[in-house]
Amino acid sequence: MEFIDYYKVLGVDKNASQEDIKKAYRKLARKLHPDLNPSDKEAHKKFQNLNEANEVLSDPEKRKKYDQYGKDWQHAEQFEQARQSQQRAGGYGRETFTGDFNESEFSDFFNSMFGGMGGGGFRQRQTKFRGEDYHAELQLNLSDVYKTHQQVLTVNGKSIRITIPAGVEDRQKIKIKAHGGPGINGGPNGDLFITFHIINNTKFKRFGNDLHTSVDLDLYTAVLGGDVVVDTLDGKVKLAVKPETQNATKIKLKGKGFPVYKKEDEFGDLVITFQIKIPTNLTEKEKELFQELVKLSSTNK
Amino acid sequence: MEQTDLIVLDEFCTSHQVEISFVRSLEEYGLVQTVIVNETLCVPINDLPKLEQIVRLHQELNINSEGIDVIINLLQRIENLQNEINELRIKLNLYEEDQ
Repeated sequence: MEFIDYYKVLGVDKNASQEDIKKAYRKLARKLHPDLNPSDKEAHKKFQNLNEANEVLSDPEKRKKYDQYGKDWQHAEQFEQARQSQQRAGGYGRETFTGDFNESEFSDFFNSMFGGMGGGGFRQRQTKFRGEDYHAELQLNLSDVYKTHQQVLTVNGKSIRITIPAGVEDRQKIKIKAHGGPGINGGPNGDLFITFHIINNTKFKRFGNDLHTSVDLDLYTAVLGGDVVVDTLDGKVKLAVKPETQNATKIKLKGKGFPVYKKEDEFGDLVITFQIKIPTNLTEKEKELFQELVKLSSTNK
Repeated sequence: MEQTDLIVLDEFCTSHQVEISFVRSLEEYGLVQTVIVNETLCVPINDLPKLEQIVRLHQELNINSEGIDVIINLLQRIENLQNEINELRIKLNLYEEDQ
């Protein structure tokens, strides 16, 4: 367990007055409040430390205990026993900001010193609060999200079966209502947010709903035309190649791309780029015939 | 909209210790939308997370309706930019794979 310097967290010195602490807390809370930093985990962590620091330093009794035993928190219990024999001092005014902040998120250091004394903000009001939102990340292969499928996730010890719609994007976030933290004082549960990380395990490149790939084409088919069989995510497709197809020619296969998110039977396109392969290791006969072509070509010009 | 999708504004305000006039002022800025059902003022339940976020900003950071309007708009712009960055990052990765 790591010692937390609450004075450092608030940016005040050890002799700071209650007013200085209040000012420092308010200033930093305006900067780090979770509602102003919705996807910044670092800010959430700092806000949590800030709330914790304020919880201790704005309470003269806790501050005294922290000042006395902070670095030597293991002896705090002895202090606690002595303290309980004395009258509890009261009458100080404190404030704690909540954001989406949860009492249970106080550090181990705080809990070891002050037990379940935290979370003044919630206790003071006794109002219904929505539970905390949970954020989870799920890694999937591109081929997995080609079709809608179900998956069982374990979030905070609970198994949740979720349907992953075909066509989800990398870094897309979905919300699963009421599967977050439990509500406080009878408030509704928070939501579960899942961010997908899609790993491309295919030879296709995905641009939105369109897939791109390149297909090698032999010189003779490119010149004379013919058929090639190409792979799609949905199986193989036979494709007619026009005579005199140039290198890097792109063709589009309508509806052979990626499924459109939450639109059943709608698909993007598959864009194929032909890469013409020049024959190598030519035989003497082949070389002669190519020479023949060169002659014909220069005669025709 | 069905009645089950609404929450009575009075109850929301009592529960969150805010004045109804505060929510009405948010409505003027287009930040929330209220609905009258059987002469009772309600807010859509889907707006609840946003409304609670606004109440937190108001109560915890002492921000008034004008300030909240600015913050919500800026947060929306940040989210849009973040989405754009994500899309561009995906495209960049695709080009980098070619290198």
